[in-house]
Amino acid sequence: MSGAAALVDRDFAVPDIRCAGCIAKLEQGLVRDRRIATARVNFTEKRVHLSCVPDAEVPDLIGAFSLLGFEAHFLGKGPEEADAEAANSRALLRAVAVSGFAMMNIMLLSVSVWSGATGVTRDLFHWLSAMIALPTIAYAGRPFFRSAWRALRHRQTNMDVPISIGVLLVSAISLYETLTHGAHAYFDGAVMLLFFLLCGRWLDSVMRDRARGGVAALLRNMGTGALVLRGEGSGRWVDATALEPGMVMLVAAGERLAADGVICAGSSSIDLSLLTGESAPQTVRLDDIVHAGTLNLDAPVRVRITAAGADTAIADIARLMGEAAQGKSRYVRIADRAARLYAPAVHCLALAAFVGWMIAGAGWHQSLLISAAVLIITCPCALGLAVPAAQIVAAGELMRRGVLIKDGSALERLAEVDLALVDKTGTLTLGRPEALGLDRLDAEARSLVHALAQVSRHPLSEALVRGLKDDMSAPAGVHSLRETPGFGVEARWGAHVVTLGRPRHAIEGDALATELAVDGRMLATIRFADQLRPDARAAIDALRSEGIGATMLSGDRAEAVAPVARALAMTAQTGMSPQDKLAAIARQSGIGRKVLMIGDGLNDGPALAAGHASMAPGSASDVGKNAADCIFLGDRMMPVVETIRMARSTQAIVRQNFVLAIGYNAIAVPLAFLGIVTPLIAAIAMSGSSLIVVGNALRLKRALR
Amino acid sequence: MNGILILIPIALGLGLLGLAGFFWSLRQGQFDDLDGAALRIFVEDEED
Repeated sequence: MSGAAALVDRDFAVPDIRCAGCIAKLEQGLVRDRRIATARVNFTEKRVHLSCVPDAEVPDLIGAFSLLGFEAHFLGKGPEEADAEAANSRALLRAVAVSGFAMMNIMLLSVSVWSGATGVTRDLFHWLSAMIALPTIAYAGRPFFRSAWRALRHRQTNMDVPISIGVLLVSAISLYETLTHGAHAYFDGAVMLLFFLLCGRWLDSVMRDRARGGVAALLRNMGTGALVLRGEGSGRWVDATALEPGMVMLVAAGERLAADGVICAGSSSIDLSLLTGESAPQTVRLDDIVHAGTLNLDAPVRVRITAAGADTAIADIARLMGEAAQGKSRYVRIADRAARLYAPAVHCLALAAFVGWMIAGAGWHQSLLISAAVLIITCPCALGLAVPAAQIVAAGELMRRGVLIKDGSALERLAEVDLALVDKTGTLTLGRPEALGLDRLDAEARSLVHALAQVSRHPLSEALVRGLKDDMSAPAGVHSLRETPGFGVEARWGAHVVTLGRPRHAIEGDALATELAVDGRMLATIRFADQLRPDARAAIDALRSEGIGATMLSGDRAEAVAPVARALAMTAQTGMSPQDKLAAIARQSGIGRKVLMIGDGLNDGPALAAGHASMAPGSASDVGKNAADCIFLGDRMMPVVETIRMARSTQAIVRQNFVLAIGYNAIAVPLAFLGIVTPLIAAIAMSGSSLIVVGNALRLKRALR
Repeated sequence: MNGILILIPIALGLGLLGLAGFFWSLRQGQFDDLDGAALRIFVEDEED
């Protein structure tokens, strides 16, 4: 291998990896391609990491995947793109490991102190504990100290302030105890506290990572690039970031546009639904303007790029989103809200213990010790675990049902919503053409349609194959298949020529249709339309029974919205621009409603960012998926309701956990006040309450059953 | 007392060994693909 040094890394998302067979097929199949040196499957994240020669273009690599029967999406250029968030969870995991190690060793020493070591031995053990604990606290405590310092500098307080003060004070007092040959050092308590809290912090971060991995795998081709023509015929794949105005790109049928432009050759119909919410495709001809993010449905066209990257029409929407998202950042997480009450209470209690015992004449040494015990007992160990433990269990259960929650605060906000504003195209409907009336065709026509449609990657052909998947009739035996872009598929069937393609006579309206003809004689016309999600009505009704009214906000025309609104018994507002949707949300928030925005398109982006909580289907635009708090996969809409139910039970569990933690404090604080809490009692109380809280959170696993 | 002076360093050393082992496996990517590792046993290598 002479060129080994020149290999480059490429990461692909491959959602269809399901079994060991897929791993073997991919890893062994991909390396048969001469350009690919190694392939490594990551099953957990459904990714494939390739090392390949530098001139292997992305579409070629995707082609190598499709040869093996897998759909792949380009993700990035390998590990150097691993983001700061993943590094953060790794740092947290290292801190968990260090504090866990320190906790176990200090506990080992503490147990001997508790069981009666005295004199020199006790001092030795305290010194050893200090030597383990102090570096550990300096290392593993940094996430808390940093966050507490940030909060204090802004004259706020969060959960980390009492934690930091508690840990630092307790360590200082214990060090003093050790120096003065005292009986009680709380190093074990301080480190154990850090360990439990870091576990909570790490769980929180793992949950975000996992969801982000899922979202990254969903983000699709839009913006990955385009085939740019140079001179006559020769094309070169250019990454979306490198596209420039003036280039001419060739957009195949079924491909999304990567930049704004003007049609300079060919004509087709363009699906605007992600951009405007309009369900009917728009016919475009020479010199018509087309936008990035729209889908070319019919025939290949050449587009001269007029704007790329940040200059596209999407940029306007991005600006709106930036403004909309600012409002949401004001949300304060429940743990921090609790801390606002909790932190002053804890500090007052500790201070009161100190002052009280001073007045009672216990001497300042004794008083300090007691106030340290109060601090360590009240430190929000269980509180710090109460929220993340419940949320990660809930997110794990929801992920199993095909819902990705981006972070814990999304679950908290979802639990509060009382009004759903729903987009139509792609959200209540499937957002793709579905063949109508296939069952009215006779078996022969069905089998012909099936045979012709399955060779084509055209969106309408794919809809036909989907529609006929469950059909009993096997595809007819045809041969000499030939696909003509912009027209359709032609084949020989016995002595006849059969064609499946664009109808020769225009049919009324803009409706999509295809025609099956035998020897030039029309046999059947199949129409296509966007269909409602199969359980849309049930989901909307279930939302109502949960006390969440639903209204439709659609960018589509009133005639297209009315039948959907009737079928779902919803009120609807039509012809809405992204600004209108934002205004509608602002109006509802203004009167105190907590709005859940459900939408998929680019035009829903600002609204998704502005809603109190937001959801997007897995088929949504990249903008929509990035803006939404959570994403539901598949054709069913019921996951929306399940998510809200889960969010509510999570919130209930979190509240129970708070009550448990407070109940524990109500028992432990008086004991600490009386000065009878030794390090042993503190350790038992702390681990006991943490276990109870985690155990309670695990009950969420059964919440949806 | 002398026993303790030997045993405590041994205990700490073993703990540190475990910690170092954990860090090593973390850096080696042993935890990157937990579900895949369970399935790889079914994958037959073509080469050998």
